[in-house]
Amino acid sequence: MPLSTDETGPQWRRRTAREDVLSWFGWATGLAVVGGCFFLISEKTIWEFVWSAPREAADLGARMVPPDWSYSSQLWRPLWDTFNIATLGTGLALVISVPVAFCAARNTTPSTAIARPLALFVIASSRSINSLIWALLLVVIVGPGVFAGVLAIALRSIGFCGKLLYEAIEEIDVPPVEAVTATGASSGQVLTYGVVPQVMTAFAGISVFRWDINIRESTILGLVGAGGIGLQLSASINNLDWSRVAVILLAILGTVIVSEWLSAKVRGALS
Amino acid sequence: MPTLSINDLTKRYATGDLAIDQVSLVIPEGQVMALIGPSGAGKSTLIRCVNRLVEPTSGDVLLGDQNITKLGARKLRRARRHIGMIFQEYALVERLTVMENVLSGRLGYVGFWASWLRRFPKQDISDAFTLLDRVGLADMVDKRADELSGGQRQRVGIARALIQNPDLLLVDEPTASLDPKTSRQIMRLITELCRERNLTAVVNIHDVPLAKLFAERVVGLQAGQIVFDGSPEGLSPDVLTRIYGEEDWLATAETGNADMPESEPGVVEADRSL
Repeated sequence: MPLSTDETGPQWRRRTAREDVLSWFGWATGLAVVGGCFFLISEKTIWEFVWSAPREAADLGARMVPPDWSYSSQLWRPLWDTFNIATLGTGLALVISVPVAFCAARNTTPSTAIARPLALFVIASSRSINSLIWALLLVVIVGPGVFAGVLAIALRSIGFCGKLLYEAIEEIDVPPVEAVTATGASSGQVLTYGVVPQVMTAFAGISVFRWDINIRESTILGLVGAGGIGLQLSASINNLDWSRVAVILLAILGTVIVSEWLSAKVRGALS
Repeated sequence: MPTLSINDLTKRYATGDLAIDQVSLVIPEGQVMALIGPSGAGKSTLIRCVNRLVEPTSGDVLLGDQNITKLGARKLRRARRHIGMIFQEYALVERLTVMENVLSGRLGYVGFWASWLRRFPKQDISDAFTLLDRVGLADMVDKRADELSGGQRQRVGIARALIQNPDLLLVDEPTASLDPKTSRQIMRLITELCRERNLTAVVNIHDVPLAKLFAERVVGLQAGQIVFDGSPEGLSPDVLTRIYGEEDWLATAETGNADMPESEPGVVEADRSL
């Protein structure tokens, strides 16, 4: 902070004159970049299509109304599949991500030379691939259907759950762990008495949060043949059967609202 | 009960800081010794080197005829069973119940699965009840540790250390997070229990009047070295200046004595509701 003195006494300003100029220059550059990008994008856009967008949207909307309600009776089964894909996928991911997280956390890892980098690699690779892409690969490997969906959700969730859990493990209070160690407890007991109780809330919160995300993710896996309601969605879109698409979208919306409400309830009860 | 001897103990942290510099001490059985000194003098490091929560750089720690610094992992765990520890911020596992926290003092004697399933021997559980009653928490057994007040939590910490049936008690700033009244009750409880069980105890404490009141022997640590070793009466202003640095010690000593009557019988009884 630049301090100076003039005839009225000590003075304070947020920045020096030089820093002021630099700051203005920074903002100006930022604006110029945004403007430049706009022109680049604008050149490659067919504006006629954009101007007609409201009309097209209204047209599509009109074809969706009224929704084909009779179709909804056929949606219970795929919705149930979607729910199962999300739930089983989350469960499988949790089973795998717990040991991975304990290996990745600096304070509980059995070895910083081998186990930790390995666990971090598992987490990073799982997180870097979207579940839709996992599903594309798995449909080829294990064939189309719900099983591919479960595995795709699980593989994507291992990284998410593992990362959040290992961060929670690294943030625990040290003194209780010291205290349990000081009683002569074995390392397994130090883990179950000193560490696990401290991360249980985080673990439960992470599970419910991921399950909630997975409900949404599993609704699209059917697009690539990995089971669930996405299959019906893609079939109806391909047939231009917009009144059915409307019913499916409403069904997905309903499911997501229910899952979100449920996970909010559970997380509220935990804290 | 064995004697604790510390010989030429040195701890230099990886950062290069010399926390303890060739400290030698002999604490005979049944003695309650206060370790005083300014923040950063190495008090916590010294007692953590005894049960090797901190690995000493050199020197020996002998409990009876066992050299703790030379033990392998398994034997160290066995040795730790005989050393109870009480912590500054209580160090309870907040989400476990009072009973679970006390029983965790027996972990060294119970197998992994038994402890996981909370199947502790009957004797341990009845000992836990007795101790909780002794420290005044008989009706808190099933409360979660984070529902208790500071003084109550420290009582749980004391019960956890004592259920180990230790030969030696390491006490790290037991009153630093407590108000003056609770501090004195806790210190009184600790010293009473030490006397009842003829326990050897090392008590880190930064509160000089409290140390004077409850310890039989005071050791002053300054920059990792012992600069005073004697009876509480020997803590003259000169000695305090040697330990802590220049200060008007007479002024504080007088106010310290004024609000410190020698005994308050029955306080522990009366304050169970704390």
